[in-house]
Amino acid sequence: MSDLILSLPELVVLGMGCAVLLACVSRRGAGLVYRLSQGTLFAALLLTIALGPGNPGLAFHGLFVSDLLATVLKSAILVVSMGAFVYSRDYLAARPFLSDEYFVLGLFAVLGMMVMVSANNFLTIYLGLELMSLSLYAMVAMHRDSAAASEAAMKYFVLGALASGMMLYGISILYGVTGSLDLHTVAASLYQHADRSLLLVFGLVFVIAGIAFKLGVVPFHMWIPDVYEGAPTPVTLFLGTAPKLSGFAIAFRLLVEGMEGMVADWQQMLAVLAVLSMALGNIVAIAQWNIKRMLAYSTIAHMGFLLLGLLAGTKTGYAGSMFYVIAYALMSMGAFGMILLLTRAGFESDRIEDFKGLSERSPWFAFVMLMLMFSLAGVPPFVGFWGKWFVIKEALAAGFVWLAVLAVAFSIIGAYYYLRIIKLMYFDTPEETAPLSCGREMRFVMSLNGLAVLGLGVSPGVLMALCLSAVGAGR
Amino acid sequence: MPLLSLVIWLPILGGVAVLFLADRDRATVLKLSLSIALATFVLSLPLYFGFDTATHAMQLVERVPWIPAFGIDYHLGIDGISLPLILLTTFTTVLVILAGFEVIERRLAQYMAAFLILEGLMNGVFAALDAILFYVFWEAMLVPMFLIIGIWGGEQRVYATIKFFLYTFLGSVFMLVALLYLYYKGGSFSILAMHGLPLDLAAQKLIFIAFLLAFAVKVPMWPVHTWLPDAHVEAPTGGSVILAAIMLKMGGYGFLRFSLPIVPDGSQALDGLMIALSLIAIVYIGFVALVQEDMKKLIAYSSISHMGFVTLGFFVVFRLIGNGATAGSAAMGIEGGMVQMISHGFVSGALFLCVGVLYDRIHSRQIQDYGGVVNTMPVFAALMMVFCMANAGLPGTSGFVGEFLVILTSVKASFWFAVCAGTTLVLGAAYTLWMYKRVIFGEVANERVAKLQDLNRRELVILGSLAAAVLLFGVWPAPMLEVMHATVEHLVEHVSHSKVAMAVTGL
Repeated sequence: MSDLILSLPELVVLGMGCAVLLACVSRRGAGLVYRLSQGTLFAALLLTIALGPGNPGLAFHGLFVSDLLATVLKSAILVVSMGAFVYSRDYLAARPFLSDEYFVLGLFAVLGMMVMVSANNFLTIYLGLELMSLSLYAMVAMHRDSAAASEAAMKYFVLGALASGMMLYGISILYGVTGSLDLHTVAASLYQHADRSLLLVFGLVFVIAGIAFKLGVVPFHMWIPDVYEGAPTPVTLFLGTAPKLSGFAIAFRLLVEGMEGMVADWQQMLAVLAVLSMALGNIVAIAQWNIKRMLAYSTIAHMGFLLLGLLAGTKTGYAGSMFYVIAYALMSMGAFGMILLLTRAGFESDRIEDFKGLSERSPWFAFVMLMLMFSLAGVPPFVGFWGKWFVIKEALAAGFVWLAVLAVAFSIIGAYYYLRIIKLMYFDTPEETAPLSCGREMRFVMSLNGLAVLGLGVSPGVLMALCLSAVGAGR
Repeated sequence: MPLLSLVIWLPILGGVAVLFLADRDRATVLKLSLSIALATFVLSLPLYFGFDTATHAMQLVERVPWIPAFGIDYHLGIDGISLPLILLTTFTTVLVILAGFEVIERRLAQYMAAFLILEGLMNGVFAALDAILFYVFWEAMLVPMFLIIGIWGGEQRVYATIKFFLYTFLGSVFMLVALLYLYYKGGSFSILAMHGLPLDLAAQKLIFIAFLLAFAVKVPMWPVHTWLPDAHVEAPTGGSVILAAIMLKMGGYGFLRFSLPIVPDGSQALDGLMIALSLIAIVYIGFVALVQEDMKKLIAYSSISHMGFVTLGFFVVFRLIGNGATAGSAAMGIEGGMVQMISHGFVSGALFLCVGVLYDRIHSRQIQDYGGVVNTMPVFAALMMVFCMANAGLPGTSGFVGEFLVILTSVKASFWFAVCAGTTLVLGAAYTLWMYKRVIFGEVANERVAKLQDLNRRELVILGSLAAAVLLFGVWPAPMLEVMHATVEHLVEHVSHSKVAMAVTGL
């Protein structure tokens, strides 16, 4: 019975996901599917918050874990997904292709992410990962008449399947050496293998390749720009936010909870990945004229920063990464939401120039975008600054002074392309003067999104404390 | 009453309120922003009158936990170094708001709000005693300035503002790395705790260089000064005034608050470099100013040259300490630098406002478009004369006091430093007065000059109050020196004790 209570949020999403699928098949009343999906996410959010912190514990014979880390990350995933659904609604309603399926597939992807976050076993991780990935492949391919979308979906699927395979191969090697799939048993037996056999390192490489692919860090980043650009914007929005949270979760579960005994090995691998990502992401983003592609390269750079905290190998370092990923999900949600706001029926707004003169057309939205861009660039007092501050601080504390210096140098390069958006919005004259029109719901959520970036920047203490206690570094 | 919090947050929140008034009529926006600026200035006066000049300790301290997990506090306080700069900020902002009254046509509410928010952030920089709080104010300040230059600036504004932002950002992030490193050494983000932290010489040199990157860009020192002429020329008048009068001073303030007390041995070890850079700025940039055709550019280069005096004054102190001079005579260098900063705040701000007055009428900054302005604008010509003389360092104006103190100190350190520094008296007079002559005197150059109207009441108030300040501090600098004396004495005392010895003995 307690198994079911611990996994109640997942069960709700699963049950309701099936119900929404039926509602979707019956094609009754526009908006029903949307409202049901939002209701499901909201109910799951309430359950997660109500159940989580009170009952930490294992379920299903140790396959599933409910702890503070899971509660915080699941809440973030649910909130971000709700926001993504709000932003996407108008866009989907104005397009002829299958809009209801977006929400159904979204629900199943969310379920996959929740399972990943709560996984305590290699197989549970893989199960969640595949559920999420398969839903996302389908979402990318949703606009089937678009050649770009089909190509993106194909690329994503082939590379994604390859990455899953590699990860599975790595897991099988680890299983062969340690004799267990349970994360804690693996961790315990790794501490006994003090000699760190070559086979273990070999397995670790494959696991890290899988994680790196899911996060999209160099050199496993090839799919990101094409998929971000080719997929319909609402899908890009969904893809660029919540899965990053679950990607961090599996990185934490696998590397920290499962393989902390090999920290010296994965630390070095992550350091290389981090430097390459920050360099390539920030430099290549400068050359982009498609905003979705630019944000794709910016994602790559941000994931590099995220790794800085993980590779510190300390509890505060993991908390730094967790803070970073939550902050990043919030900012990226707003930025992609803003692209959706600019699009209208029959007009895809994915060129950077479409932001021209926004501050004269819609001063408030331009200001929200300004906050988001400065936040992504890491300028205080916005939340993005604290993310960078936190991970750089931890890298420095772990003795990676050269990494910290490189990180700040790349963040200067990164500032340039975010400033370019602000320049277009504020310093250029608009090509058209009509103010942006959008529903009340979207206006409200977008404002909230912008204010959250500012609010968390002015008082980041609570979220930091939460992240610290979630990874077990509570003071 | 938490006075320091008030002078920080009143303008910031007031600026936000002005933003929400954007749709109302101009008069309401103007009235509201001016009253906020005035209220902030009035609130900053008790800081001066209630200031205890006998102690070097921080006063009006406010300290509440901000991010308890890492011991970051909302920690404010002022001493003799920050107080004059806060007063300069609140005073200048009133004038800048006033100067924008009839001139700004586009997006008036946003313009006023940007300057008010900027004022609050600048006060925060000067009052912050927690390194992270300081850094947040320091960086946040770039956002309104970026927009001010970019939205209301001239032709090349986009280039200028992005250059400004990236240059400053570049310098600051390395300071952040240094601050984080200090946190790991000492376990605290409190600036005062960092002052007492023992460090070995190698670490001190690296930290000094990281700080130098941040502060040298801001001052700006040669060779990282190239953003300044662009930013100054393209910024609207108000933006140039704030940049010249206050933002440049943050570099100087940073040296006194961070570099000197936290890494005294690093500063001592690299003082030759600093003195050389300062002298290059004074002499070389002085020559560069001489050939400028654009009035704003000329004043911008003159700013760089004058700020060279500030850094010279700060670092020549180490030569004196090395020579075994008394603390009193060494303190004179720093005091001279401080006085030079305040005086330059008045003078350069005033000169930019003068150019603004002309630009509003004729829409040109080129010297060749003017000539014989005295015939049509006699009052303006008289006031500008005062500022030009102060810029040239004429005795009786505030410009003289700082330069005199610094040169006097450098003579004690080395005769040749003083000779180099002394050339500014010739060069400064040359470029300033030559510009004045070409613009103001002579025959009426063209019919646009012939149609010029003299100052209106608003402009007269602005320039008149600045002229009064320049003359007042020129003949009676005592109030300024009195305030900073105890703090500077203590600073010199502090830097003359090596931290390396402490680090070695483990104290």
